[in-house]
Amino acid sequence: MDRSELETLYRRMLVIRRSEERLQKLFADGEVPGFLHLSIGQEAVPTGVSHHLTDRDTVSSNHRGHGHTLAKGVDLTGFFAEIMGRATGLCKGRGGSMHVADLSKGMLGANGIVGAGIPITTGSALALKMQGGGHVAAVYFGDGALAEGVVHECFNIAALWSLPVLFVCENNGWSEFSPTERQLATRLDRLAAAFSITYRGVDGNRVEEVAETAGALIAGMRETPAPAILECATTRVRGHFEGDRQDYRDAAEIDDLDARDPLRLAADGLIAAGTAEAWFAGTLAEVDAEIEAAVAAARSAPDADPAGMLSDVYTVEA
Amino acid sequence: MAEVRFGKALNQALSDAMAADERVFVIGEDVGAAGGSFKVTRDLMATYPGRVLDAPIAEASIVGIAVGAALTGMRPVAEIMFMDFITLSMDMLVNQAAKARSMFGGQGSVPMVLRTPHGGGLNAGPQHSQCLEAWLAHVPGLKVVCPATPADAYALLRAAIEDPDPVIVVENKALYAMKGDLAETPEPVEIGRGRIVREGRDATIVAYGATVGLATAAAATLADDGIAAEVVDLRSIQPWDEALVLESLSRTHNLVVAHEAVESFGVGAEIAARMADVGFDELDGPIVRVGAPFAPSPFGRTLEAAYRPDAARIAAAVRRSLS
Repeated sequence: MDRSELETLYRRMLVIRRSEERLQKLFADGEVPGFLHLSIGQEAVPTGVSHHLTDRDTVSSNHRGHGHTLAKGVDLTGFFAEIMGRATGLCKGRGGSMHVADLSKGMLGANGIVGAGIPITTGSALALKMQGGGHVAAVYFGDGALAEGVVHECFNIAALWSLPVLFVCENNGWSEFSPTERQLATRLDRLAAAFSITYRGVDGNRVEEVAETAGALIAGMRETPAPAILECATTRVRGHFEGDRQDYRDAAEIDDLDARDPLRLAADGLIAAGTAEAWFAGTLAEVDAEIEAAVAAARSAPDADPAGMLSDVYTVEA
Repeated sequence: MAEVRFGKALNQALSDAMAADERVFVIGEDVGAAGGSFKVTRDLMATYPGRVLDAPIAEASIVGIAVGAALTGMRPVAEIMFMDFITLSMDMLVNQAAKARSMFGGQGSVPMVLRTPHGGGLNAGPQHSQCLEAWLAHVPGLKVVCPATPADAYALLRAAIEDPDPVIVVENKALYAMKGDLAETPEPVEIGRGRIVREGRDATIVAYGATVGLATAAAATLADDGIAAEVVDLRSIQPWDEALVLESLSRTHNLVVAHEAVESFGVGAEIAARMADVGFDELDGPIVRVGAPFAPSPFGRTLEAAYRPDAARIAAAVRRSLS
């Protein structure tokens, strides 16, 4: 991967990181209603995967979906407006953080039900295969979803029917407030083997590694439809949700966060490859300006209109 | 005009829809090589190779796959072998299919169909006989239809497949062998429109699915006593034809709602409540509901026969509404 490509990946991760840090503050200030599940520390996964996806390729996501959504290229202004519950949001303020979707970008939605994106993405992969054209579907889920029945159903179906679906597990070691070892009796590589699905495990905090591995898997699927499982070891820096005191978690687990930070790791690589300090400063300023513009636009937009609730329940064709 | 069985009319609708639209495909347990447990999908796999998918026994995923395929430009028709088994797919129906359009702000829709048989008569016991349509009708975003004749089975299934939103087509098992006329070029039926099956001036009986036949039989019995009952076939449960029911009530001034599902908290409760509101001035007597008792559907012959509403109970309900 050349330096400019790595710079693109770094910038994408920075958009996700700074957007979530901004959301964290907006939430603390009472400007974001509802629940907020941040993916800080996990930016490398969707950035690396979506690097190889087009708008025709589909993804679906989970409750911790901001990174997945932004990596798929959705509009930043519509994204902030949605999470802030404004009429101009991507979903008219009806979905919020857990349901951001942009079908025009192949983003089939974040999801409030653990594991639910998996059958939806499997169906999307089926559609893409039936339609021809070498498109693929990817789904992001946490290790906690591995306890859900539909995951096992869909591994079986995707393997039986050779569907072009990339199952991307972000293994951050936590299922809400419980560690993985109290949730799962096996490991994902063994599950993959049981269903005869290609498996790759990567350091999910290293964006280049994620991108290269995902890229190879996706290229293979475009040629010959078949599922693959990509397990990305990563770190949930924040709690399950904003406001979670994380009393259940040993503080030592996140002591060395800086050394595992995907942005820090990517920056180290870029500096070694010759990217100048000024580039980082300039990129940060650009990204922050984009985010501030999106926040300002959301703030000045009207709240979602209650009268609109009754439209879009069913399709009313003109 | 040809006489066809209800099941064959559904088969014809699927075949014609697949011929008309390449996006339509069928997915379900044993729908392909076996032709479906009630043979509704017989021969389709051979006629439309690659478009009739024999799925593993995984109801949640069958419905979820339909949702994802629908969001990606296809028109899936999923079959759940018995309505009792939709319990396994409720997340996909209730949290995903039903809400996607609204919660995504009107971006796209989920043009999928779920076909499923309900009802007793086969002594299939408490997990293969239930009528759960009220659950689905209660969820904003889902549409629910329940045909009573082969012609409507054809027309409503075609309409469901063409509909941009998720539609549940509920098929009463007792009707699969029913014979009826199917026109060579069948008339379309709009989802949400009922029909008057039999005219009458004294009381309105609203029913759907297999209960329409029982209501019609009850009306014939009542006619012997000089009571002219009008029978309305709802055809669609969600949305339902409120205007037609109100219009009929305005002629007859008495109302009975009959269905095979459990009476409590059922479709009849909704219709009764609505008519007690918008039709209050038209009512000359109490609105009476007929449905199964508040118990799981039982297995034994005498038990099941006692459990399922019949024409005599509907006729008695009409007499009560007139009293």
